[in-house]
Amino acid sequence: MREIQVQQIIDVIERLCIDANNHLPEDVKCAIKNCRACEDGKIACGVLDNIIENFEIADNENLPICQDTGMACVFLEIGQDVHIVGGDLTEAVNEGVRRGYKNGYLRKSVVADPVRRGNTGDNTPAMIYTEIVPGDKIKITIGPKGFGSENMSAVRMFKPSAGLQGIKDFIIETVEAAGPNPCPPIVIGVGIGGTFDKAALLAKKAIMRPLDTSNPDPYYADLEKEMLEKVNALGIGPQGFGGKTTAIGLNIEVLPTHIAGMPCAININCHVTRHKTEVL
Amino acid sequence: MAKKINLPLTPELAKTLKAGDEVLLTGTIYTSRDAGHKRMCETLAKGEPLPFNPENATIYYVGPTPAKPGQVIGSAGPTTSGRMDAYAPTMMSVGARGMIGKGARLPEVVEAMKKYSGVYFGAIGGAGALLARSIKKCELVAYEDLGAEALRELYVEDMPLVVIIDSEGNNLYELGREEYLASKK
Repeated sequence: MREIQVQQIIDVIERLCIDANNHLPEDVKCAIKNCRACEDGKIACGVLDNIIENFEIADNENLPICQDTGMACVFLEIGQDVHIVGGDLTEAVNEGVRRGYKNGYLRKSVVADPVRRGNTGDNTPAMIYTEIVPGDKIKITIGPKGFGSENMSAVRMFKPSAGLQGIKDFIIETVEAAGPNPCPPIVIGVGIGGTFDKAALLAKKAIMRPLDTSNPDPYYADLEKEMLEKVNALGIGPQGFGGKTTAIGLNIEVLPTHIAGMPCAININCHVTRHKTEVL
Repeated sequence: MAKKINLPLTPELAKTLKAGDEVLLTGTIYTSRDAGHKRMCETLAKGEPLPFNPENATIYYVGPTPAKPGQVIGSAGPTTSGRMDAYAPTMMSVGARGMIGKGARLPEVVEAMKKYSGVYFGAIGGAGALLARSIKKCELVAYEDLGAEALRELYVEDMPLVVIIDSEGNNLYELGREEYLASKK
């Protein structure tokens, strides 16, 4: 058994919270720049130029790219040969988030109760997802999730008879309904299959997959390409002001499901699709 | 070329602005989001005065990140305006005229804008580090307990904005998309 101290986990999470919020992943920067090169409308080009200038300022000056520094979604892939020592894992994750959001001058955007509200003041609790995997390492990924886009996400339990067309229509309908609200250009994560809850988690994982990769199954890789083109034909454009670039990426993740169902979840993210990973 | 606009936003000035105009805004604005708007509307309902003079005022829907030492303000991009739709007509009825945010507005907000010569400006959502550069002063006015949602007075210089909905109800979200789709036919 390899031992990992919770203190190491706290330190990594603090650092990842700050880095993820200040530095956009290279694949996302690249996708935005490629879209800028293809855009021709005056307002649309101006918006994309400002978006590029913004992430460059954030990079150079270590500033949060966006003021909505999100809820801290923390994904832990824990090797089955790891023994975590020195404290409680959940508390360690929350302590890392607490420190990261304080020391990184990030916004505290979490309320203690969904109905009665009341800011917790330190951006905890984190949303923690753990998975046990082979090996003796812990892979930690942080994806701060803003809610302008989270609020435009959707999940639907389809009958199998709805088929592929049902899913295609649902993607278009969801992006259309979101319109300018999620700060387009957006990244669209689609999760198909599993159960009600797993479909939503797949959709969240889909937005974190690098935008320069495709689903390994050619059937879904083609669907990703087709649906990205269809979404961009809607004309919503950067910030909803009209143009070619409504989305900079569309990733699909799938799981086996039940004979009676076809769950489908769509998680919308803005152009500030942030995530950062480190392996302990 | 972007139009240079100096606040306050009088009805005369508001009427010169059209949906799709790119503007550089200079002057004093106020920050507020959901919780602040709720409080302001409750204050007005009780017949009490607001913590700032709403006459010809412009409100920026923003909850910035904390300022680092030496900074005026942290990252400060717009939040989704639709959450303020329930309060915006009341704010306009007491003289507030400009709104800065992002995202769609309800028809009743647009009707109030036509009635009171309101203007809805869009700032680029997600461009918080860039927008912070145009904010030269930041002072707390009220509701400190709301943290990022507190009411602040900002002085902005050449803040880059686009007129999304003008005082006649023209809407760039509709016009811009129609124009793009028509150009592809």
